[in-house]
Amino acid sequence: MTIYQVALVAVVALPALGAAVVALLKDRTARLVGTGFAAVTLLPIILLPFARSSADGGLWTEVDVSWVSALNLDFHLGVDGVSYPLVALTGLLTVLCTAYLQKSSGRALTALLLVLEAGIAGTFLSFDLILFFLFFEVVLLPMYAVIAGWGGEDRRRAARKFVLYTLFGSVFLLLGVVTVAVSAGTGDLAELAGGAGLDRTTQYAAFTLLAIAFAVKAPLWPLHTWLPDAHTQAPTVGSVILAGVLLKMGTYGLVRVGVGVAPLGAEKAAPVLGILAVAAILAGSLICLRQTELKRLIAYSSVGHMGFVLLGIATLSETGLQAALLGNVAHGLITGLLFFLAGAIKDRAHTGELSELGGLRETAPRLAGVLGFAAIASLGLPGLAGFWGEAFAVVAAVQRGGGLWTTLAVLAAIGGALTAAYFLRLLRRVTHGPARVPATVASTALAPGANGHLLPGVTTVEWLAWSPLAALTLAVGLAPALVLIATSAPVRALTEALP
Amino acid sequence: MTAALIPGVPLLLGLIGLLLPPGDGDRRRPAATLGIAGAAASLLVTLSLLLFAHKPIDVSTHWVSIGGIDLTIGFTVGVAALYVALAVATVALFVQIYSVAYLHDDPRYAPYAAQVSLFTGAMLLVVTSGDLIGVLVGWEVMGACSYLLIGHDRRLPEAPAAAVKAFLVTRVGDVGFLLGVAVLIAGAGTSRIADLRTHDYSSGTLTAALLLILAGVAGKSAQFPLHTWLPDAMAGPTPISALIHAATMVAAGVYVVFRLYPLYDESPAALATLGVMAAITILLGALSATAQDDMKRVLAWSTVSQIGYMTGALAVGSPAAALFHLLTHAAFKALLFLAAGAVIHAVGTNYLSRMGGLREHMPVTFWSFVVGLGALAGVPPLSGFWSKENVLTAAAHATEGGGTAPVWVGWVVWLAALFAVLITAWYATRLLLCAFFGISREHGPDGPDWEIGFDDARYTAPAVPHDPPGAMRWPILILTIPAALLGLVAYAPGFRTALEMEDPHLSVALVLPLVLLAAGAGAAWWLWQAVPGADPAAALGPARHLFASGFHLDTIQDRLVVRPVRAIAKVVTATDEKVVDAAVEGTGTGTTGVGNALAVAHRVPLPTAAVAVLAGALLLGAVAVWFGAAT
Repeated sequence: MTIYQVALVAVVALPALGAAVVALLKDRTARLVGTGFAAVTLLPIILLPFARSSADGGLWTEVDVSWVSALNLDFHLGVDGVSYPLVALTGLLTVLCTAYLQKSSGRALTALLLVLEAGIAGTFLSFDLILFFLFFEVVLLPMYAVIAGWGGEDRRRAARKFVLYTLFGSVFLLLGVVTVAVSAGTGDLAELAGGAGLDRTTQYAAFTLLAIAFAVKAPLWPLHTWLPDAHTQAPTVGSVILAGVLLKMGTYGLVRVGVGVAPLGAEKAAPVLGILAVAAILAGSLICLRQTELKRLIAYSSVGHMGFVLLGIATLSETGLQAALLGNVAHGLITGLLFFLAGAIKDRAHTGELSELGGLRETAPRLAGVLGFAAIASLGLPGLAGFWGEAFAVVAAVQRGGGLWTTLAVLAAIGGALTAAYFLRLLRRVTHGPARVPATVASTALAPGANGHLLPGVTTVEWLAWSPLAALTLAVGLAPALVLIATSAPVRALTEALP
Repeated sequence: MTAALIPGVPLLLGLIGLLLPPGDGDRRRPAATLGIAGAAASLLVTLSLLLFAHKPIDVSTHWVSIGGIDLTIGFTVGVAALYVALAVATVALFVQIYSVAYLHDDPRYAPYAAQVSLFTGAMLLVVTSGDLIGVLVGWEVMGACSYLLIGHDRRLPEAPAAAVKAFLVTRVGDVGFLLGVAVLIAGAGTSRIADLRTHDYSSGTLTAALLLILAGVAGKSAQFPLHTWLPDAMAGPTPISALIHAATMVAAGVYVVFRLYPLYDESPAALATLGVMAAITILLGALSATAQDDMKRVLAWSTVSQIGYMTGALAVGSPAAALFHLLTHAAFKALLFLAAGAVIHAVGTNYLSRMGGLREHMPVTFWSFVVGLGALAGVPPLSGFWSKENVLTAAAHATEGGGTAPVWVGWVVWLAALFAVLITAWYATRLLLCAFFGISREHGPDGPDWEIGFDDARYTAPAVPHDPPGAMRWPILILTIPAALLGLVAYAPGFRTALEMEDPHLSVALVLPLVLLAAGAGAAWWLWQAVPGADPAAALGPARHLFASGFHLDTIQDRLVVRPVRAIAKVVTATDEKVVDAAVEGTGTGTTGVGNALAVAHRVPLPTAAVAVLAGALLLGAVAVWFGAAT
């Protein structure tokens, strides 16, 4: 085994090991150790790009061990330009989340975050269908526990809805995976790439099943209604992981498994996918205009943003797929940041109702500044990360041409303007205007030392959690090549397989 | 890559400035230093390139490839671009210096100065970028900065709404801009402007793309029907108004059309649309300016009208005249706004009805206003006269045919521009008379408040307005020089060749605009003389209200766009909750219900259960017999 193969396994194994260790320790030590494990996991992640030998596509490095031969199940991990940015994002967000937890108690929460990291990274690295399915499912229950255990007032219902809805999607994923594995006689994604060994009908069936499964996860309108509830109720770190990387499992799966394994099916379904994606963009942004709660608004904005990603995928062009991959990463960074900020605001004001917030610019100028930055990034300001994915999804749709795709491009661009409308409404309610202090805060603030978080200043831990995301938002905006540099060969391989 | 420094330095210093802590006193110094240094550096680089570099400068490096589309970071800087950059950097420098004094008691000065730097850098990026994506970046960053700066003043309740309006209205136009850029890029497979300008598009695609881009231009350059944000944007601090109106933002749209002019020159439909838009805007802006009571709004509407002259010049095939007017307008409009800031600073109100008699107390400001308004109206030999004359000549020339645009476009633009000369002279004179002549109306029609003291009842002693402090006075004074004399550079051969402008010729065609100018100014003066102290706008009669409200276009926009979008949002949200989510929840509750029913069925008492079992056995038996008989 080369050092890179060790690193590849370590990306999945270290957090899993960390979770086990954290579960055995006492609270304070456990949180520190958990953060340590999450940080150490970054080392193999940083090491992986050095495994990239040339620009010829293909995997940078892989580990392939037969596991259960009767089921065609191999322990096949690999990394390439498509999966690497998402793996790096997973590692980064987990470190930030575990570090963020230092200011509160949460040994079990730290352990769950590490399990989530192992599951999500495993999903992105799997090159075996059955293994992919296993990792995909591993993520479900810890996320359920995070929401149900540390969420808001209505957490149990939201968590139940989340887990049942996504399990519903998993049924389709299982059916799709089994269909493909049985018809092709292998589960190896590298061998299956380009739809090898699958006839037209099987590809249609497989793509339909897989697309429904991933559409639930992404989520694609109209299969999105688990998302707002889950986000609104989830604790801050839960929302960050959920929006930042969990949703990306859906879009990643659609590219790698859906388009990769059943290109004929993808080609056939592309118009439907495109229409639904644009419906998601428009519905998401219109609904956002009417939201009255901070986290719920950001959650619905995810529906719109993921709509752009799915539109990029639906065009099935090189430009569109690359835009989608970029949009994935950008959304992870920006929405992660937004949820951190929403959490910070709710910690201070004890409410997320827009009507009760206001004047943040006066009471906490720094926090308001970062919120403004994140909101402007999220509405797709060129020069920041959010722009590239959205603008080039539109360019890809225009490039595809024809009446349908041109209409979709126009509608998506209008959705972009609506995105600006609701984010400006958010900023106007939260940062401008006179400072409004809700009654609950006033009463607790009078009690001496009641709550340290009422201070307007931003704590070190918060800066630590926010600044990497803000910096990366700017960096990816200025140099999108950071994400795209190694994607062109694998994406070209995907598009060449299309009819 | 020296050219990259022109936008790069202010952008970088602006980003650093955003990290500075807000605060008063000494903490303002680093912010002011960064702000002024950024603009000054751009100015110096621009000047040195203008004087010493071999032009045009064209540098580019590969940025990123998305699919088959190669994006570059490139800077294409010709002499024309350098002139515009010079204007932008100069105005920005003066605005930065002026703001130090104007915002002397504002604790949020630090982010303000940084945002002005970013704003300047973004505009300079639009001016210098050789790549359409670079233009787009600057274009949108400017929109975001204008949003932040217009909403800066916390004391004005209308500021946040005005800021949102400015961003959203321009953003609506940018939907078109983005799509137009997408069409151009998708067609050519590159985003380098030099390549796009020579790419051979089919005429349908080209016209569609150019019309879409015009939507963005209308938004940024405040052209009908997307001009509604500009008058409201007066809620921003006055130096910001100067910046937005003079050199950044509104000039960006005109400049982008200038950059893409070879493409526009192939599309009569796009130029005709631009011409109609320009003619409407010229008259709309000028008429609306006649009835405003807010001094800044008079200037704002005059900007709308003057930008119309620029787009009109573009439409009739004279990008040189457009750019010339852009430069002179930058000079006199920056002067006017900074001088207006001095007036507002001194009397504490924007309203003309509360001013009057300022001439004696504020001589510097008064004479600056005379120069600025004279240039605006086109009084010879001030700068505005020469550039406006160029536009009129170009339009008159277009009425003879031979250009790309249809002949009627030439007529429409020429007539609108001529008529607007009259109106412009009228409202400029009115503004000058109402603000600086007559007696002070500071206390309204009822006179000053009574004040009861121990000794006797007396009037409140009126505060004597005065010329502004040095940091505000010097920028104003220096700006009077280009506002007065910039027009004469039309005689400089280097300038003419750079803009590809024709030789200035003073012909008999000049007489008509000059007569109109005199008529407009004379009418306003006559009205003022007839009833001293009364606003000449009263003579407008019933039209006054219509003009003051900008032809009610805000209301129409609200009815046609804002309310429908809100209504649709309401319906979509209701559908999402009552249909989409209800289906999901219904599946859940339905399943639970069925489960409960089955659970109840499992708990029935023994006799019923026994009957059920027997009935079941009977049924199965019957089925077995049935099928047995069938086979």
